[in-house]
Amino acid sequence: MSTTAIQGSPKLVSKCPSGPMSERWDKHRFDLKLVNPANRRKYHVLVVGTGLAGASAAASLAEMGYRVTVLCIHDSPRRAHSIAAQGGINAAKNYPNDGDSIRRLFYDTVKGGDYRAREANVYRLAQVSNSIIDQCVAQGVPFARDYGGLLDNRSFGGAQVARTFYARGQTGQQLLIGAYHALMRQVGLGKVALFPRREMLDLVVVDGVARGVVARELTGGAIESYAADAVLLCTGGYGNVFFLSTNAKFSNATAIWRAHKRGALFGNPCFTQIHPTCIPVSGSYQSKLTLMSESLRNDGRVWVPKSKGDRRSPDQIPEADRDYYLERLYPSFGNLVPRDIASRRAKEMVDEGRGVGETAMAVYLDFRDAIQRDGAPKIREKYGNLFQMYERITADDPYHVPMRIYPAVHYTMGGLWVDYNLESTIPGLFVLGEANFSDHGANRLGASALMQGLADGYFVIPATIASHLAGRKLPKVTTDHAQFKQVEGEVQARLRRLLAIDGRRSADDLHRDLGLAMWEHCGMGRSDAGLSKGLAKIRALRSEFWENLRVLGQGEELNRELEKAGRVADFMELAELMVLDAQYRKESCGGHFRVEYQTEEGEALRDDANFCHVAAWEHTEEGGAMRWNLHQEPLSFEEVKLTQRSYK
Amino acid sequence: MSGGHDHHSGGLNLTLHVWRQKDAQAEGRFETYALQGISEHCSFLEMLDQLNEQLLREGRDPVAFDHDCREGICGSCGVVINGQAHGPDRETATCQLHMRRFHDGDTIYVEPFRAKAFPIQRDLVVDRSAFDRIVSKGGFVSVNTGAPQDANGLPVPKENADLAMDAASCIGCGACVAACPNAAAMLFVGAKISHLGLLPQGAPERRRRVLAMVEQMDRDGFGNCGNIYECEAACPKSISVENIARLNREYIVASACERPAVERIGD
Ligand SMILES: Cc1cc2nc3c(=O)[nH]c(=O)nc-3n(C[C@H](O)[C@H](O)[C@H](O)COP(=O)(O)OP(=O)(O)OC[C@H]3O[C@@H](n4cnc5c(N)ncnc54)[C@H](O)[C@@H]3O)c2cc1C
Ligand code: FES
Repeated sequence: MSTTAIQGSPKLVSKCPSGPMSERWDKHRFDLKLVNPANRRKYHVLVVGTGLAGASAAASLAEMGYRVTVLCIHDSPRRAHSIAAQGGINAAKNYPNDGDSIRRLFYDTVKGGDYRAREANVYRLAQVSNSIIDQCVAQGVPFARDYGGLLDNRSFGGAQVARTFYARGQTGQQLLIGAYHALMRQVGLGKVALFPRREMLDLVVVDGVARGVVARELTGGAIESYAADAVLLCTGGYGNVFFLSTNAKFSNATAIWRAHKRGALFGNPCFTQIHPTCIPVSGSYQSKLTLMSESLRNDGRVWVPKSKGDRRSPDQIPEADRDYYLERLYPSFGNLVPRDIASRRAKEMVDEGRGVGETAMAVYLDFRDAIQRDGAPKIREKYGNLFQMYERITADDPYHVPMRIYPAVHYTMGGLWVDYNLESTIPGLFVLGEANFSDHGANRLGASALMQGLADGYFVIPATIASHLAGRKLPKVTTDHAQFKQVEGEVQARLRRLLAIDGRRSADDLHRDLGLAMWEHCGMGRSDAGLSKGLAKIRALRSEFWENLRVLGQGEELNRELEKAGRVADFMELAELMVLDAQYRKESCGGHFRVEYQTEEGEALRDDANFCHVAAWEHTEEGGAMRWNLHQEPLSFEEVKLTQRSYK
Repeated sequence: MSGGHDHHSGGLNLTLHVWRQKDAQAEGRFETYALQGISEHCSFLEMLDQLNEQLLREGRDPVAFDHDCREGICGSCGVVINGQAHGPDRETATCQLHMRRFHDGDTIYVEPFRAKAFPIQRDLVVDRSAFDRIVSKGGFVSVNTGAPQDANGLPVPKENADLAMDAASCIGCGACVAACPNAAAMLFVGAKISHLGLLPQGAPERRRRVLAMVEQMDRDGFGNCGNIYECEAACPKSISVENIARLNREYIVASACERPAVERIGD
């Protein structure tokens, strides 16, 4: 497909303030309009999703006096996907006195993202990071502490300082419980109306402004409308387009995809993070993949046999026949290279026929030397819970047999395009957390997603939402408005259509095939020819979906197959845009690796002359088929010099 | 748990008796299904996925069950397996249970968590929003987003922080309630009381918190603790019954000291 690009598109006004970087957020907040406290209760804000971004935003806005309604897909807001984050959250506190600062966190994040994020956003993120930790501690988040009773830090990939705060291996759980407590406090006070087991199925735009959503009540199937003065999508990432990922099973793209089809531009859809250390696929029944924390690479050594097809068990392979390829290729960072590099190299080994395990689709992560050096008790103290989790799933004991690991889809840097206020190209529609494209460029550093979700919810949106509420005339709109009736009708029709296909294959079964096509053609190594093949497969699968899907039962009942079918239908469309974007971006950067664009040593080769911009896609339709217009937001780097990343 | 690899290459053949109930009002009953060739490496929920694929092929309604993270942290999953909440393994949520725990030819009963306060919504899916109501009455620290003091301004003894973390690792699955003959929620509430009460941030509201949460717990129809400790045994995070003792102590002290207008807690 040919794409005409609109450079410096008028649709993409970033609203980034000017002036010295360190004063921009302050200046912007000063310039923003305010809603006076007495008027806030007149405004109604709708929040969709209760992960870190949604729960923190809803609680903070309700505390300020806004009327808030929250839609939650689970039976309880505490179950949102953020709960599963393990490793930690970054902040520039510099408690260990090891030279950290706001500037350094900013610098690491811009560089780690391979220079494809907006500098001003990243700087703000680094600035508010410290307040996040203060806020969480005040809420009672039990972060790890040392014997003096002060907070402890650990280090994570892509950084040379210890700036990661953590709560055992359950940081996401503890942060989310903190935000959930704050949210439930407001529910108890009657300031937040919480609607559990609701799934947003479409966005309602009235006179060009987002004014609400249509959702399905999941236990009885009722289609409901919710009207508001502003809509916040906090619905997480879309990694499950690959079927197998580390994301929770309910995580899906429907909310952002429907908003995209109503006019919100989609930024950098192909930017996907593939995490190097996950437990490999074991069989066709596999329903999701489990992450093994990146911290394991501090002590584990990654290797494969030197020769192809060596099927000996690992203890039978002598030192001379092992290839510790990360240590060989990256002598200074060794096993601790960033995620994108570690993942790609593992794939190369497997593609060369040097993979290990029953499926030969894995590499070893070996703790033998660490155990010999430090003793098993020390290793148990550090990683006991991870080793236990591994053994539970694989029945192998990593104290004696090296772990088998393989990369898995983990996070999506792409998402709905937003300006500095977190507002999408649809006025009144704000997008927070992983659902937006904002801060991580082409690769996210470990422990930075939790930071971003909470920055957006606790500190950014409470300030920026006034730009919309106080800055625009918002005539009263209720769910009786014709536009709500129209969208309700469309949602109903779509559900009826899914129920009526009466084919032979389940939504999961078709979703698995979509995932395979994406993994093969739009995964760790992408090429023009491969992407074209992928596109053909996706289109064929999409036609099959609409002819051969089987959903039983009715719309007016708890119907999990119907829920899944709706999500898969949207993934089938989003997949096409991801491929298109990957094909368009003729460079390699961060997690986006185009095999045609690499250095002699096989590293990602950026093309700053032609691709130093955000690719934001506008959905249109032509004769019933999806088409996209490309808009570009140029990125300029004033503070961090554009250089080739090197971890040699 | 039996280690090593099982050598039935054909996998496990199982007979399942699964609780089926169309909605909250309908009568429920067990239905029996035969499943063949289940890999011992798959998880219990992946076994149910395969059952659902089979039912779908046969044109029969799949079994509804709750799940999301499938790694033991979100607390969505939870069924009673052969009479035990979350099944036979200690410290294991339903989603972490693997089929290598079972044998070829086994018969497995699968039922929802049962408690008056957890109405069944369909098949194995129950409504646990009573837990949220309890939390909304006082399970928090009343602090607005804004400018609290520096995080290191208030040191917390490591032992307290660790104990608070032990309690805070509760995943809110409700297995404690399902396992308790009285359907008590004391372990859940006790864990919250400990988590917040052990930290200086939670101290100012201790008394109001415990009174308000217990009052809501009673209102939602949870039973009383009979000191049977089935809750601790069923808990996938091994939350200790010491938290129930702490809850009782806090409650006695709070009741003796004050009776505030609990409705307004959180302001
Ligand atoms: C296993 C794992 C470990 C991780 N560890 C770390 C870590 O250590 N540090 C770090 O910084 N990051 C980590 N991450 C990434 C981080 O957890 C996420 O990026 C972050 O939590 C996303 O938060 P969120 O609020 O944007 O979205 P989410 O937490 O995903 O919340 C969005 C919620 O909205 C729901 N939803 C979706 N669509 C709809 C709809 N249509 N209607 C209603 N609800 C909907 C979803 O089901 C979801 O529960 C990890 C991720 C995974 C998968
Ligand atoms: S599915 Fe999340 S705890 Fe089991």
